[in-house]
Amino acid sequence: MSLVMPDGTISRHVPGTGEEARHVLVVIVNNKPGVLNRVASLMRSRNFNIESLTVGHTERPDISRMTLTLRGDDFAVEQVSKQLYRLIDVLKIQDLTAARRIEHELALLKVRATNSTRGEIIKIVELYRGQIVDIAQDSVIVEASGTVDEIDALVALLGGFGIREMVRTGSIVMGRGSGVVELKEG
Amino acid sequence: MTMTRRATERAAGRHVPSAGTPGAEAVERARSAMLNDAKPRGRTRIGADVLCEALLRQGADVLFGYPGGVILPLYDVLDAYPELRHVLVRHEQGAAHAADGYARATGKVGVCLGTSGPGATNLVTGIATAQLDSIPMVAITGNVPGALIGKDAFQEIDITGITLPMTKHNELVRDPDRIAGAVAEAFHIARNGRPGPVHIDITKDALQGETQAPHPTDEEVRAALPGFNPTMDGHPRQLRLAAEEIGRARRPLILAGHGVLLADAMDALRAFAEKTQIPVAHTLLGIGAIDEEHPLSYGFMGMHGWKHVNRAIQSADLLIALGMRFDDRVTGKVSTYAPHARIVHVDIDPSEIGKNVAVEVPIVGDVKRVLDALIPLVEAVQPTEREAYAAELAAWRGDSESASWHGSGAWRDGLLSADFVIARLGELTDHDATLVADVGQHQMWLARYAGFKRPNSHLSSGGLGTMGYGVPAAMGAALGRPDKETWAVVGDGGFQMTFQELMTLSQDNIPVRIALLDNKKLGMIRQWQEIIYSGNYHSAHLPGPDFEKLAEAFGIPTFRARTPDEVEPAIRGAQAVDGPVLCWFEIAETQNVFPMMPAGKGLSDLIETWGEAAAG
Repeated sequence: MSLVMPDGTISRHVPGTGEEARHVLVVIVNNKPGVLNRVASLMRSRNFNIESLTVGHTERPDISRMTLTLRGDDFAVEQVSKQLYRLIDVLKIQDLTAARRIEHELALLKVRATNSTRGEIIKIVELYRGQIVDIAQDSVIVEASGTVDEIDALVALLGGFGIREMVRTGSIVMGRGSGVVELKEG
Repeated sequence: MTMTRRATERAAGRHVPSAGTPGAEAVERARSAMLNDAKPRGRTRIGADVLCEALLRQGADVLFGYPGGVILPLYDVLDAYPELRHVLVRHEQGAAHAADGYARATGKVGVCLGTSGPGATNLVTGIATAQLDSIPMVAITGNVPGALIGKDAFQEIDITGITLPMTKHNELVRDPDRIAGAVAEAFHIARNGRPGPVHIDITKDALQGETQAPHPTDEEVRAALPGFNPTMDGHPRQLRLAAEEIGRARRPLILAGHGVLLADAMDALRAFAEKTQIPVAHTLLGIGAIDEEHPLSYGFMGMHGWKHVNRAIQSADLLIALGMRFDDRVTGKVSTYAPHARIVHVDIDPSEIGKNVAVEVPIVGDVKRVLDALIPLVEAVQPTEREAYAAELAAWRGDSESASWHGSGAWRDGLLSADFVIARLGELTDHDATLVADVGQHQMWLARYAGFKRPNSHLSSGGLGTMGYGVPAAMGAALGRPDKETWAVVGDGGFQMTFQELMTLSQDNIPVRIALLDNKKLGMIRQWQEIIYSGNYHSAHLPGPDFEKLAEAFGIPTFRARTPDEVEPAIRGAQAVDGPVLCWFEIAETQNVFPMMPAGKGLSDLIETWGEAAAG
């Protein structure tokens, strides 16, 4: 794969130098001690840039499911999958970037709230289908779930009141429709 | 308000379980087991027995190891398994390199052993060497008893955390019932697919614990590893595409890598090259993939490869890469690499495809199985059909070879040049000995001038470039292939890193012949400093001991050569010795390896001569 440069010389494409985009991968792994460490260590040692990584059980107790979001060009993201497959405990990887999918994360926000602002905060939270899960004299805890963009927007709106503490889980993802991430190649 | 026990402990500032609790008893048992543990004879089957049984079941016959506190339960039972030969190295790094050399020379899985803590960390360099060169190896370490893990016990370190990024797989075994499965899985993973090292860390209590656990069948091993399914056969559609590319190409070139040797695909490669009349260039670890005297063998590529080979790559319209990974020492600057070539890339590891260069036809599979399937799909080509191409390549080859030592004539002036020594060594061993390189200039001279005909007769730390590899790896190779003469070809730098293994060679009378190319320098460092760092020779001068006296202290005879005339008698003299022997060649001190592609430059930017030290 080569490009002819403006001066007439030919330049071979160097993998990893293309345009970056955000990708969402589902990684099915053995539910064993140290597997998260293996995945995280690989991402670090191969110089891949993780945006978020979540992990939890699946319907099978011996299997865990990770959702990885990262940025990279097509070659780099293909490399991530191929490198992950080298791990013995990785059973299946699916790139859901191009798929119709539900992609949500959960956020908890501790927002400064006074008697005069609390009502406004509650209205905003309702608009975003979030809920107030704790109220203190001068703050509230907001729980919200949604896409990364939705949470970003909510954070921006509540930022004006003063966010004292925030935690976000990172995305979890599932393809729409009846298809599932199968363990075996179909 | 009542406090839980845990809260009480926290309040008291204690970090250990309270006396009388089950946790505390486990820690106490483990502590006393660290100190007092010899098993009475007439004992029942313990974890260490299972480990030996499992090693034997996997065909292991030599273990390279060094004892230590927590792996002593294994040493306590080793006498009961006389078929397992234990070679007591003098440093664990030597054990790992010896297991690596054994694996490379035989194609079998090499085994090395070490204790916890420093024993385990000393193995790390050798494990990393095996990882970078895809060498099947199983490294076994002991660890402190399970209850002490995480307590910074004596000689405790998180060794599986350390080996995680440099092994194909690793496992901490804490249960004697798990040892049989862990060892069987380790060998299965190490030898199948793309080979590589697997590390098993076994706690002392697991080695000592009684167990009746059976050994798993091959079926059970496979079933236990659902995430390990190497693709062996190339996809038929990709094979057809490759055949089409080959049919269209006018200037095709095969790049043969280590994968050809690992897949035992030498015959298939020769048949494929002969049917298509495509010349074969090889990587450093691809040496031996084709007999260098075969008319279609074109030579060694890359940073210190032959100029004609790199020229052929730069002018090729199709590269057929077989079991090689487009390492930076092979490609140089990727954007200027083989600018006119389309690429067919065959590798068993999908992650190698598209990693360093983008390719047109990727084929994931075992090189032998892919070639066997591809050969019927390609059209037979008569030598006459490629006459013009072959003539041009032959002319380039003539040019480039006459610019090497044959042309330089340095040796005629009585100066002992390294390439002369290497060429004579190749000839006097009938190009059939196992020649094991260390790392540096001599490694490149060996690759260029020895002339290899047989697979697995050239061992070299290519990926990691581990100085100190040569002597211990040759020890493993000599034990693995006692039917072949074994030479370690080392520089004075690498030799001084691991020459403690001379005592192992001497103790076990292992017939390793050592060709020491002594230029009293870190030669490759000196070369880079001369050419790239304006002659700033910091730390390149490396005084060594009197190597003859050194060898004598280990009970090893020495043959010494300072002039070209003395080379043959020295080699012949060493060949007559039954056991380890040193050939000390005091070579010209400032000879460089040419051509040389400076790091960051492309294959067309070779430096061929420099200053007065242009020979070679």
